[in-house]
Amino acid sequence: MDVNAKPIIQVKDVTIAYDDFVVLKDISFEVRQGEIFVILGGSGCGKSTLLKNMISLVRPVTGQVLINGRDIINAHGPELREILSGIGVMYQNGALFGSMNIVENICLVLEEFTNLPGEAMELIANMRLKVVGLEDSGYKMPSELSGGMRKRAAIARAMALDPKIIFLDEPGAGLDPVTSAQLDELILNLSRSLKITFVIVTHELPSIFSISDRVIMLDKETKTIIASGKPKELRDKSTNPRVRQFFNRQAGTNNR
Amino acid sequence: MASVNYQKLEKGKLKLTITGRLDMESTARLWPQVFKKIKEAKPKVLILDANGIEYCDGAGIGLLLKLKKKQEEIKGSIQIENLKPEFNQLITLFDPGQLSKPAKNTPFYQRVPEQIGKAVMDFLQAAHSQISFIGEVFVKFIYTLFHLGTLRWKDTFLIAEKSGANAVGIASLLGFLIGVILAFQSAVSMRKFGAEIYVADLVVIVLFRELGPLLTAFILAARTGSAFAAEIGTMKINEEIDALTTMGLEPVRFLVIPRMLAAVFITPLLTVFNNLFGIIGCVLVMVSMGFAPITLLNEIKGATDLTDLFGGLVKTFVFGYLIAGIGCFCGLQTGKGASSVGDSATRAVVAGIIAIVVADGVFAVVYYFLGI
Repeated sequence: MDVNAKPIIQVKDVTIAYDDFVVLKDISFEVRQGEIFVILGGSGCGKSTLLKNMISLVRPVTGQVLINGRDIINAHGPELREILSGIGVMYQNGALFGSMNIVENICLVLEEFTNLPGEAMELIANMRLKVVGLEDSGYKMPSELSGGMRKRAAIARAMALDPKIIFLDEPGAGLDPVTSAQLDELILNLSRSLKITFVIVTHELPSIFSISDRVIMLDKETKTIIASGKPKELRDKSTNPRVRQFFNRQAGTNNR
Repeated sequence: MASVNYQKLEKGKLKLTITGRLDMESTARLWPQVFKKIKEAKPKVLILDANGIEYCDGAGIGLLLKLKKKQEEIKGSIQIENLKPEFNQLITLFDPGQLSKPAKNTPFYQRVPEQIGKAVMDFLQAAHSQISFIGEVFVKFIYTLFHLGTLRWKDTFLIAEKSGANAVGIASLLGFLIGVILAFQSAVSMRKFGAEIYVADLVVIVLFRELGPLLTAFILAARTGSAFAAEIGTMKINEEIDALTTMGLEPVRFLVIPRMLAAVFITPLLTVFNNLFGIIGCVLVMVSMGFAPITLLNEIKGATDLTDLFGGLVKTFVFGYLIAGIGCFCGLQTGKGASSVGDSATRAVVAGIIAIVVADGVFAVVYYFLGI
């Protein structure tokens, strides 16, 4: 990852609240082009809310989110559609449409956003499935796939329109360590070969150390970012007790 | 924006020169014309000059891969020249090889017996599970009536409130409208014979004996039966039913019995509202035609008795039992995925309405022989 790469996502002074309950306060950070950026933190600290805010599903009370310099929060109609066509999202459980097979799930996006002929869409869907290692499962229904395969299929769908940015919400959740590691490898491969920027919400430490270029850590009590940087540096050098607790407690569990 | 140039070289050779940005938009435009040209020319050797391709996304790579496959199909060859190394890497990364295909339909002569066999097995399985369900529910229902302490009262009242109290408005409104409509429609015919006063008799008897119970049951089937099916279906998908079972809580006792009891007791109550507002609607119409309210009340009193009212209300206990039972059964039979919840809700409404009409027919025959 190029440390001097230009920022592709800018989150500026974002405060998110549900009615009177403030979830996140004055959050600002930048994601650079091509990096694998991880948002981490304990349960209930607002990681997924922040991710949903970045893809315009949750409106902030104040602040701005710029994707490629364009304000996604205040975009509407064709402008929002254009910004959204440049990003892909994988939800925690895959969110594949259960009434369609995997190829149809991918083609749905292509049908809506392009004028490609049917055979081209089918080929492109199969190309995406090849990249995630599901080339033999394209005509299966989501219910016929395992949890790990569903997540891979969801990444293939997120890649349908060649997005420059892919958001992943807890990709390793509910997966065994081997499948989770395979998914990490896939993310690394996609990042290297297709130069896709990844924004990942997770609290799985092995994943964080093996794939992330940079992380930010959110805190439930202060509702702010309490640490940002490279994960290994944070683990070894952070003076913040909560950051140390997060990394060390998990490390302690692993060593047992 | 990309463009393509065709150049026929010596016999059987075609040169394609693609220039510009080969993105989704350009590829969608170029795809049909390129393959039309290839189909016409059927080149043995296809030379693709890719020197001018500045940018190539997934769709562009798809175009190049399809050209390769087309040439393989017609046993020709393809030479891709001057393609930038980064795009070449993408071809390797994305090439899915031989595409997997959806399973082909089996031939007609195999398919028909297969489908008949499957339909018979499905029918037998459905019959088996329905009979088991009816038996289990009946036993638990009777058991609960004699052991009221085992009933989940809080859930039952909550369901009764949602399905009953919250439906009073719609049941009353429909009753009122039907009363008004029946009175107007029958008044036109009765006027010819100077028998308008008997409109009140007609409306009240029809409402008490047939329309009141039926209308209320239809409202419940559409409103409550579908809600039961959708709620229990979603619980099934979320593995909540499995959780109940493994916790030692029988789903039938925990989920079905409270719903059935609630439905059985709220259906007659809603029917009473429906009947009452039906009569009000009828009286309003008749008063507007110049009849005195006291005359109408006397007419109604003389035309009907408690047998009509209770004959109708007895039916509603059975209707409520059927609606709740079918709704819960369809919910428990839910498969996987969001669409199966929709299917269950639809099945609950359709099967519920059919069951109500069939049961009403049975009651009609029984009442006829009993002289009610």
